[in-house]
Amino acid sequence: MNARANALAERPREYLTFRLGEEEYGIDILKVQEIRGYEQPTRIANAPSFIKGVVNLRGVIVPIVDMRLKFGLGSAEYNDFTVVIILNLGARVVGMVVDSVSDVMELSPDQIRDTPEIDSVVDSSYITGLGTLNDRMLILIAIEKLMGTAEMALA
Amino acid sequence: MSDTHTSESSGDVFDLSQFHGVFYEEAGENLANMETLLLETDESNADDESLNAIFRCAHSIKGGAATFGFQDVADLTHVMETLLDRLRRRELAITSAMIDTLLESGDVLKHLLASRQSGTDPGIDCTELVARIGALAHGTVAAPVAVPATETPVVAAASVVAAPTAPGERVLEIAIGPLDQPKFAENVVELFSEIPGLGTIEPTDDGQPDASQTRHFRVVSTVTDSDLLDLFSFHVSREQVSIRELGAGPAPALAPTAAHDADPTFGLFDDLPTPVAIEVHAPEALVVAAAKAELPRSADRSAPASANLESSTIRVPTEKVDQLINLVGEMVITQAMLAQTGRGLDAVVHQAMATALTDLERNTRLLQEAVMAIRMIPMTAVFNRFPRMLRDLSGRLGKKLELHTIGEDTELDKGLIEKITDPLTHLVRNSADHGIEMPADRIAAGKPEHGTVTLAAAHQGGSIVIEVRDDGRGLNRGKLLAKARERGLSVSDSMTDTEVYGLIFAPGFSTAAEVTDVSGRGVGMDVVKRNITSLGGSVEIDSVEGQGMRVSVRLPLTLAIMDGMSVGVADETYIVPLASVVESIHMTASDVKSVGGTGRVVEVRNEYLPLMRLDELFDVPRSVEHSGGIMIVVEAEGGRIALLVDDLIGQHQVVVKNLEANYRKVPGVSGATILGDGRVALILDVSWLVRRVRH
Amino acid sequence: MKMASILAVDDSASMRQMVSFTLRSSGYDVIEAIDGQDALDKIGDRHVDLVLTDQNMPRMDGLTLIRELRGVDRFKRTPILMLTTESSDEMKQAGRAAGATGWMVKPFDPQRLLEIISKVLPN
Repeated sequence: MNARANALAERPREYLTFRLGEEEYGIDILKVQEIRGYEQPTRIANAPSFIKGVVNLRGVIVPIVDMRLKFGLGSAEYNDFTVVIILNLGARVVGMVVDSVSDVMELSPDQIRDTPEIDSVVDSSYITGLGTLNDRMLILIAIEKLMGTAEMALA
Repeated sequence: MSDTHTSESSGDVFDLSQFHGVFYEEAGENLANMETLLLETDESNADDESLNAIFRCAHSIKGGAATFGFQDVADLTHVMETLLDRLRRRELAITSAMIDTLLESGDVLKHLLASRQSGTDPGIDCTELVARIGALAHGTVAAPVAVPATETPVVAAASVVAAPTAPGERVLEIAIGPLDQPKFAENVVELFSEIPGLGTIEPTDDGQPDASQTRHFRVVSTVTDSDLLDLFSFHVSREQVSIRELGAGPAPALAPTAAHDADPTFGLFDDLPTPVAIEVHAPEALVVAAAKAELPRSADRSAPASANLESSTIRVPTEKVDQLINLVGEMVITQAMLAQTGRGLDAVVHQAMATALTDLERNTRLLQEAVMAIRMIPMTAVFNRFPRMLRDLSGRLGKKLELHTIGEDTELDKGLIEKITDPLTHLVRNSADHGIEMPADRIAAGKPEHGTVTLAAAHQGGSIVIEVRDDGRGLNRGKLLAKARERGLSVSDSMTDTEVYGLIFAPGFSTAAEVTDVSGRGVGMDVVKRNITSLGGSVEIDSVEGQGMRVSVRLPLTLAIMDGMSVGVADETYIVPLASVVESIHMTASDVKSVGGTGRVVEVRNEYLPLMRLDELFDVPRSVEHSGGIMIVVEAEGGRIALLVDDLIGQHQVVVKNLEANYRKVPGVSGATILGDGRVALILDVSWLVRRVRH
Repeated sequence: MKMASILAVDDSASMRQMVSFTLRSSGYDVIEAIDGQDALDKIGDRHVDLVLTDQNMPRMDGLTLIRELRGVDRFKRTPILMLTTESSDEMKQAGRAAGATGWMVKPFDPQRLLEIISKVLPN
């Protein structure tokens, strides 16, 4: 109960939703700087395979992380429809490759539920809740926290 | 500004706090200047110019402090000024104790001002210090130089006499004393023979001073008392002269010179309008001396170049300069893109465009060099703190320390200067504390009693090399190895001397016999090294036991823009810093020799260099096998290696972008840049490559 | 009516700024100089109605400046005030001998400065 109250207090109202494999995720819209198509990044030697490299974003060097590779979802293709979400997480700017971006959704607290036992590729400690809208289920994740972890190998 | 003090009587109308900022800066400069001058003062031979300059520093701070109501600062500087005034007039001889006390006062002032500026309570009571300075100021009168330094030249004297105001002659009885030296009175007597028309003087005491060391004379003169006093004041102070007109009642010793208001803060010498009275004193002699109707221009004078002339410099906040540099950096990138696009055009058809692009490239380069130069400041900014520091250390450690500096005007980017200061400070402290021996030990070793710490800075290629050298005891290889083993570090006796000395940089390492607080226990050396490498630099130690030690720090001149050579490896492009490139050579597979199965070397000019294949190092994917290629010989950290790449693409300026801002430190990569086509290319960290080959 | 122009000479930037600000706020035209030499350079051929000068400055001090100015025809009658930190007889004597019109003790506040200026300037 307490956990939920806390989580509620922190939850943003608007979420950008995107697909990774079979699942749909939502992240705080305020963390999103822009959405771009995919351009071939400059490879960085000896980096984990899910870090594709770095790109030039108007003069700033930004690393690109392929979430599909990181979480072992489906096939990672790169074509004209490939989407990169550029995140501005305060301490860093990072781009993440996803399957597709859906829309921005506003969720009220009663549309969000606790989900301790969900079976998701993303570690449940980064899941802040499950949003439901019509028959869509959105896995809401704390993207800033996730990107800061050692396993993302960005720091 | 958090200081909201306003002037007492006009707080409503005039808010003086707007000037506080300027005052703080100016006071800071005066304090810094004063400290430097004090440190340079040779007690046995202090020169007038320095003493005057030191006086002016204190005087200037006092003026501002009093005006803006900073009473504590004003009080302290007032008593300092009193002491300094006596010193510059040679009424007192300067001693080491005075210099120390003045230095101490400077520190206190810094603190007081800083507290004011931040609106906090200084928490210092200056009473004792003020009293101490006062005592020094009223010490015994020493008289090394005969003539008290006043600023009125003798020439003015002639002018006064040229126009006497009193109608007739007067007979005066003049007493001069008490005198420490009778000859001052003789100087006064000589005035009467030097200056025509002054009058006559004869002693009434047979040339012997009385019990109070006072001489007595009889003077016949048409000159007024005040004018006489003016003249006498060259040789004796006014308080020592009393003039009495014979036949008249006792005249006051000092003729009142001004139209006295009850107001002591303002006065006129004569009633307005000023013309007549002034003209009488108008120095005909001076006019003759000046002999021109216009004012003398500075071209006529040998005006010493003053680095601090406000009229020739502008203060600019560093943020503005940084922004300017960023914008120029972006422009360099855009120009590169244009150049790239332009290459694809037919030069004949688009001749105007091609010419313009060439011009643009040149102008961009010049602009960028000029802008980078704005941020370059001389190493003096760093070296300046060390005289004081060594002096303090000398006292605390009981050692005799001397500082030599070489290459102070070598320039370095301001940002780097700020970051290199702490590491250098630590190195100097280290030399003073651990390197230089106690005076007795030095003499026993046949060395001069004074230990010398030398700071040297010089440009070398695209880098700056800063050395901290001392002539102390140097490093003992055996001790270092033993200590390292003790600490559990893996060492071997086959390590080279350089490697052994480098152990000092290992975390937690200290060879100090005892832990001292002066150099912070010696464990700071690992922090020193880390600070330096984070700036893209390197540090190395050299030593001869018994003779001394040398720490060499190498830094890139600036972090923002550099000359690079772009090289191709399969489909990827990398940048090699041009400053580290020695040469590039075409090669074939047969030029490569293998050593020990895995190592590879290549022969270059009768020397075998380790070879590194960039495609292997960076795991570059290849679709087709590539033989041959270009070999680039690079040098860093005193070592040379050869890098094997596919092609040389070109040479150009690159704007260095930080990879770690959003990503992390990548081994072998010192930064990134954006190529003309917008893609990112990685810049090689040549030092890392060289080090890697060594191990 | 055109306001008077005043030459303010002091090597302390904060003092200069304070004096200029005060005088300009009252409509005076102010020429600033950092020492005696700078003052002479800046004056050029201009006319100045009043000179305020500090004493202790590098390169050329106040007394020397006053003497130089008095050696020039058009400055023979200009009111020149010495800004001095004490009203010692010695300083006054020296100032008088150099040709100063009068003196003013530092520190002074802006109000006081204006009062004195208005006493000294004819209009």
